[in-house]
Amino acid sequence: MSNSGQNAEPLIRVSHLKQYFPINVGFFQTKPLKAVDDISFDIMEGETLGLVGESGCGKTTAGRSILHLYKPTGGEVIYRGKAVKTKKDIEEFRKKATMVFQDPYSSLDPRMTVADIVGEPLDVQNMYKTKEERRERILQLMEYVGLNSEHAARYAHEFSGGQRQRVGIARSLAVRPDFIVCDEPVSALDVSIQAQVINMFDELQEKLNLTYLFIAHDLLVVRHISDRIAVMYLGHLVELADAKEIYDRPLHPYTRALISAVPVPDPVVARANRRIEMTGEIPSPLNAPSGCPFHTRCPYAADSCKESMPDLREIEKGRFVACHRIEEIV
Amino acid sequence: MALLEVKDLHTSFFTDAGEVRAVNGVSFTLDRGKVLGIVGESGSGKSVTAYSIMQILASTGRIVSGSIRYDGQELVGADEKVMKNIRGNKISIIFQDPMTSLNPTYTIGKQLMEAILLHTDRNKQQAWDRAVEMLRLVNVNSPEKRMKQYPFEFSGGMRQRVMIAMALACEPDILIADEPTTALDVTIQAGILELMKDIQKELGMAIIMITHDLGVVAQLCDEVVVMYAGSICEQGTADEIFYHPCHEYTKGLLRSIPTVGNEGQKLQPITGTPIDLLNMPKGCAFAPRCEEAMKICIREACERFQINENHAAACWMNVKKAREGVEQ
Repeated sequence: MSNSGQNAEPLIRVSHLKQYFPINVGFFQTKPLKAVDDISFDIMEGETLGLVGESGCGKTTAGRSILHLYKPTGGEVIYRGKAVKTKKDIEEFRKKATMVFQDPYSSLDPRMTVADIVGEPLDVQNMYKTKEERRERILQLMEYVGLNSEHAARYAHEFSGGQRQRVGIARSLAVRPDFIVCDEPVSALDVSIQAQVINMFDELQEKLNLTYLFIAHDLLVVRHISDRIAVMYLGHLVELADAKEIYDRPLHPYTRALISAVPVPDPVVARANRRIEMTGEIPSPLNAPSGCPFHTRCPYAADSCKESMPDLREIEKGRFVACHRIEEIV
Repeated sequence: MALLEVKDLHTSFFTDAGEVRAVNGVSFTLDRGKVLGIVGESGSGKSVTAYSIMQILASTGRIVSGSIRYDGQELVGADEKVMKNIRGNKISIIFQDPMTSLNPTYTIGKQLMEAILLHTDRNKQQAWDRAVEMLRLVNVNSPEKRMKQYPFEFSGGMRQRVMIAMALACEPDILIADEPTTALDVTIQAGILELMKDIQKELGMAIIMITHDLGVVAQLCDEVVVMYAGSICEQGTADEIFYHPCHEYTKGLLRSIPTVGNEGQKLQPITGTPIDLLNMPKGCAFAPRCEEAMKICIREACERFQINENHAAACWMNVKKAREGVEQ
């Protein structure tokens, strides 16, 4: 399935990706927790795809299984037209696809100098011939993220949150990737530092022609940085569209509720906003509802919604929604 | 008379590395039934201000000087007995993390009743009824059943509702909410904020909302205090702060957040790194990161300057503008 809205070959195609985790529910009994359940989307070269959803919706798991940090239960990831399957494929793929983690405090080894943290991927992937070459590459990477050679010999604890996240980004750039999964890269940072890091992501993308999968829960940040946005709910993709479109005119009932809940930093707008309320709470992914995962909380739910899972359909050009009743609602 | 009057509050932590001046001359007043937002980044002293009011500072922390008056009564230097009567009864606090603020080994009902039994003369049965009533007030479904459950059976949003119920059980005049929704998802956050607003209207109490999220401030607050490095840089009504910011830090903050208006444009971050409270600059604390900084800013910190009756800021730019206005 292609949902890029474009004809060119995508950089990454995620096809029917499934990630189940076995959960113990009794003596020698397990039950699958469907963290990601059959999601498909394309990411074009040079694009930023935002992935949003509430905690537990599977967005982080999706990012990790795309990179094969978990072995996907089903489906495949196709990189530049070639499926990533064998061990060798995965090794090759990891030189092209890396990750930036959420927590800049726990994702850096406190016993390693910054130069070694940034250089470790180079060591692992044998990407230099001489020590001099390694050193130069490390300094170049640090320069990309606005750190200088003085910082190289220091340890992570000597840096502020924003600077640590820069180190994490430099490390993810070490192997010259063209695809980076950014998992909540700015949510642990203060507002004034957040903007610095967001701008840096923008600049690096331009300079190094990077493609991002940007996972975050802050919708205003995602909207700012993304070209398109995908919305997840309980392991499923419920809507995928242009970033501005999805924010200005959300179609899926869940997306509508989600967008209306965003606190807008503008008192007049905030006072005028009417929130679309959802009834109940997110069901546990262990006991996911039958049919459409959102039917238990959806104001438009009908009997058909309880029976079958709606497909992600293109209802306008470049606009994908998974809802049985979307035509009636719109 | 204002319900709460904080005047020139100084709170420090005495650590091995030296004195950390976490709160540096903070003054504000809070009227009955108002919502005051305290905004700032980590380390700006917003939580320490709240903990000073409640006098629940960590053992190394101490209120050095200043005054905190609740309903005319001085709290700084007050007896622990007096504070016990104030805490929970008159001023309540809810914390950021609903996951760790509840005791996992007691039922929700027992924890709610504990607060009620401690602060009022109700007997057990009355306390139980009151707890159920409070759970109903914060929209927890089937409260009788929920009373017998343990915290692990509650989701994050529900636990925060329980915390609010607990804080409100003794009908305090002031509720201090320290980042109450930061750990929650947006849809849950929206529900909690609406709940706080509804209850505030119903019971007529005042709220001090401590947050770093300007969106939350815009939604809830009548008045706003912006803090940086332990001092207030700007305070005023929400509209004044959002639409006519007069301190370079506030302006920078507003420019650096993505909003609906600035898509496609580059964000304008505040340059530099957050302040180190152990090495405070001599002049204005924000001067090293301020693009408009003048010589005087580095030499001397600006005093609070009243721009109009609803708005004050501590920035030399306003003083300069006012002087130029007079000369013309």
